[in-house]
This record gives sequence, structure tokens and C-alpha cells, in this order.
Amino acid sequence: MSDVFKLAGKEFGSRLIIGTGKYRSYDEMKAAHKASGAEMVTVAVNRVPLDGSSESFLDHLDPAMQILPNTAGCYDAEHAIRTSRLAREALNTEWIKLEVIGDPVTLLPDNEQTLEAAKVLVKEGFIVLPYFSDDLIMAKKLLDAGCAAVMPLAAPIGSGMGVQNPSNLRIMREQLPDATIIVDAGVGVPSDAAVAMELGADAILMNTAIAEAGDAAQMATAMKLAVQAGRLGYLSGRMPKRLYASASSPIAGAIK
Amino acid sequence: MVTIILNGESKEIETEVTLDRLLDLFSLPKQRVAVELNKNVIRRQDWEKIQVNDADRIEIVHFVGGG
Repeated sequence: MSDVFKLAGKEFGSRLIIGTGKYRSYDEMKAAHKASGAEMVTVAVNRVPLDGSSESFLDHLDPAMQILPNTAGCYDAEHAIRTSRLAREALNTEWIKLEVIGDPVTLLPDNEQTLEAAKVLVKEGFIVLPYFSDDLIMAKKLLDAGCAAVMPLAAPIGSGMGVQNPSNLRIMREQLPDATIIVDAGVGVPSDAAVAMELGADAILMNTAIAEAGDAAQMATAMKLAVQAGRLGYLSGRMPKRLYASASSPIAGAIK
Repeated sequence: MVTIILNGESKEIETEVTLDRLLDLFSLPKQRVAVELNKNVIRRQDWEKIQVNDADRIEIVHFVGGG
């Protein structure tokens, strides 16, 4: 089946985007990345340690992967903008996962600051992929600002709670048929990924669900299949939900 | 000597040190890192031209695992 995922003019063979945090070892991360089939991975921008202990994390990534730096740890637009500029300079990439956090306990996004940062970054030529609350109106504002996609959360980062508000994702899909919607954060198990894709997400971004799994590589395979299954399910068009039964076998002709 | 804030830490260094030399002084990597001086990104090609001054705030970043 040819079902290419297009994002900002680039084509991807996988609708799964994965993180690089929380893995127990580089070997485990590499095995999981390979098993996932993902073609894009997120990385975080961080201060170089001054004690000489720094090592090049990027060397542990498949060079064929598209690297998507994030602005994790930023609590206002200014820090997110500065972090984006540093990432662009260091990696020579315009791509940025914009993340402005509003609160350290929930890690829920500060949508207002996110929008403010997005407007500046788009003007500076960035391909902005914003993490935000699953809200249609904010999605519209981010798209109007020129974001290449919108990335609503399924649930808080690292919570593994799955899609908490399927109606919001469905409404977003129906009202924004041409937008690229990437569900980012909150997926815990393959069925969560499948649900998000069935609701019409174009792709899923996840980290913890794979990195914290007992067998990360096996979970990565499971997530790959779940994303594919959910996508096929969405494209196929689901049956209507009914309150009462609808017999699959003919009633007439049954013996009496 | 001048006192700078480097990645959040107060450091005393000699005068007339360029950003490029600063990276050497602390044995920091030069590939796939970025340097910010007083909140402005300094392009790699300018590291050798720009000198560090007293009270400068410098951030040097690289990449780590993240989601």
C-alpha cells in the first residue's frame, strides 16, 4: 500500500516519530529505533557539561534519520525561541518541535506562549511543529501562524494514559481536513496509538511508551504495527456505532 | 581576568579570549554544538572573531536524548 506521510514538503514512509530519551542503553535505543521503522527522531537541546564529560549523543542515531530537535524544558516563548535558534545553528536544520511547558507537575503546554513563539519562529523560516493542548481553536491559530503541522497531546507527557479526549481529536480531524495532525505525548500501549490513528491522526510521536517498555525493541515493533493498523482502519471508514445488535447471519431461513 | 557566566556557572578566565578559544579552554566539543552570547546565537564562523568580555553570559549547548 502506498500511503506516504508528507510533512513540510518531505515524504516519510513511516507515520511513527519517536523520541530518544529515557532508554536504558544506547544499544537498546538503536534496536528500538530500527524496529520502529521510524524515519524521524526527536532530540533535546541541553547545556554541554563543563567537566569534559560530554559525548556526542547524535553519533548513536542512524544517520538516515531526520532529526527533530525540541524545545523541552522551556517555560516561556523567549526561551523556546532561543533554544530553537541554537538548535538550528548546531544542526543546520529548520525543523523544530516547539514545546513550551506551563507547569512542572503536569508538563501541560502553555498554549499562549507556544503561539507567541510559533509566530516568531515561522517568520524566521523555521518548520514549526507545536505541541499543544488538544483544542480545535488553538490548532486553527497555530495553523494560521504558519505551523507545518499541529501536535495535540493525547495525555500528559510520559503518562501513558492514552487518548483522554477522543472527541477533541475527532473534531479537529473533521474541522481541519487538510491540516497535518500529529498526536504527541500520552500514548502508553499499542492500542492507544491505534485509537489515535483511527481517529484520523496523520502520525504519532512517542517516546516513553517505547523507552520504558520491558522490551523496548519489541514494543517499537508493536507500535509500528498499531500505527499501521490504525491508519488502515481510518482510511477504510469504520462501521457506524449502533446501540442495538444487527445480525450478521440471515434470520430468514434458520430452521424452526 | 574577567568573570563570565558559562552555562550558568561563574568562571574566571583570561582577558582577550575568543569564543573559539573558550571552547578549547574547557575542552568542549566544536561539532554539532551552538554558542549563545548574551542571548544571541553566534555563528560558528564568528567564534574566532568575537572576544569574551567581563559579565558576559554564555550558553553552549549540544544534543541529548529527549521526546
